[in-house]
Amino acid sequence: MKHVTEEQLVAYRDGEPEGREAITAHLRECPTCREELLRIEAVFTALDAMPVPDPGEDYERRVWQRLAPKLPEKQSGWWGGFFEPRRLMALGAVAAMVVAAFLLGRNFRPAGPAAGVADAGKIRERVLVVVVGDHLGRSEMVLMELTNAEPKKGRKLVDISSERKRAENLVEENRLYRQTALQEGDAAMASTLEELERVLLDIANSPDEVTPAQFESLQKRIESKGILFKVRVINQDLRARQKTGTPSPDRNNAGVKERNKA
Amino acid sequence: MNEIAERLGAEAVSDAIAVERTLAGDREAYRVLVERHSRNLYRLAHRMTGNAQDAEEVVQEAFLRAYQKLRQFAGNANFGTWVYRIAANYAIDRMRQRGSEDAHRQQPDGPREEGLQVDPVADVPDRAPSPERLAQSAQLAARMKEALDALTPAERTAIVMRHWQGCAIEEIAAVLKSNSNATKNTVFRAVTKLRKALEPFAAGSAAARAMGTES
Repeated sequence: MKHVTEEQLVAYRDGEPEGREAITAHLRECPTCREELLRIEAVFTALDAMPVPDPGEDYERRVWQRLAPKLPEKQSGWWGGFFEPRRLMALGAVAAMVVAAFLLGRNFRPAGPAAGVADAGKIRERVLVVVVGDHLGRSEMVLMELTNAEPKKGRKLVDISSERKRAENLVEENRLYRQTALQEGDAAMASTLEELERVLLDIANSPDEVTPAQFESLQKRIESKGILFKVRVINQDLRARQKTGTPSPDRNNAGVKERNKA
Repeated sequence: MNEIAERLGAEAVSDAIAVERTLAGDREAYRVLVERHSRNLYRLAHRMTGNAQDAEEVVQEAFLRAYQKLRQFAGNANFGTWVYRIAANYAIDRMRQRGSEDAHRQQPDGPREEGLQVDPVADVPDRAPSPERLAQSAQLAARMKEALDALTPAERTAIVMRHWQGCAIEEIAAVLKSNSNATKNTVFRAVTKLRKALEPFAAGSAAARAMGTES
């Protein structure tokens, strides 16, 4: 019996399709070649034993701090300097939502002859609808928790650290979606997101613990802008778009009017 | 598997938005990309260069070059894949440069490999008690480092990209500025060299366990 060469075995292990069936058949019959393959496998197992040292918890931030001064300066928004390493966590959530959007996109794909024609724009829009919908839902929760909370009697300070932290994470997502909405020509959405961003920034820039008077003032600022209502309306609109697959408002003026009215 | 593909697709979409924003002049949007990919890039760079200082330098340079060439990228591929390639290109240049600088101080491969083969650790039985097994794995990692350091920059790049990063042969060939067949040969040469250096040791642990036999 002619044995398989080392080169063939390495390629086989690597998934090389050429001559694969013949090698598989040979391996079934030949204990020598099977053993040789396991020896090669053992080398790869050994390779995995070499750990990469952890560069540290704040590695991502350090990379950016070192890199940023070297990048040519371009326009910088008013939010410049606000962003911190929490971005990764926030974007992790975004990525998870985009997964959901893809799954949704798959479920809502229309049947019929036109269905096969993939429209990248529509897919992108579906992704954004789901991602932004989730973002608005989470923003709404933070705003509701703050406006409905009552300071405990006898306590000198009110702890809003959890809401503040969540608002911080939401701000950076919000900014990306606002800019994308602007780019997509969805002015109503961009406008609501801009208002939401200001409120979120207000919360994010507050201390972790505030006095009852400061807390009340923050609640009033949130309520005076009616942002909770606007967020709910726009989120309902998004849910409707998600269900019906309605085109984005730049292609649907009725939708813009309705939201502007709201 | 499907979930991983969805996740990667999702990240690519999210990356594409950040790339668009960066190209529109929002430098802060680039930070999203840097913070998302820097850790993985560091792992690649460390495996390629073998030390933290060079790895950090590779990560910095890769992101800087990617920023400068972002318009050329123009959404043709996944940003992660693209910046990986830039990092690998820079790492291999750096390794080659280091190699020529250190050439006079380096020992030839032959004696080094022979030296590795007679290591008594190879005789440590597989079912050794836990502390010895730990020592064994620490020595295996040290041996691994030596064996990787003994590879040429092209071989090391090929094995790191293929084994750890799961890159396609064509992708590795692009970094090595070579063709697919030559790249396959490079991968094979790297495996053979590693095998020569590691097998006596690896056979005493992983292989024996996998095969249920001693070598």
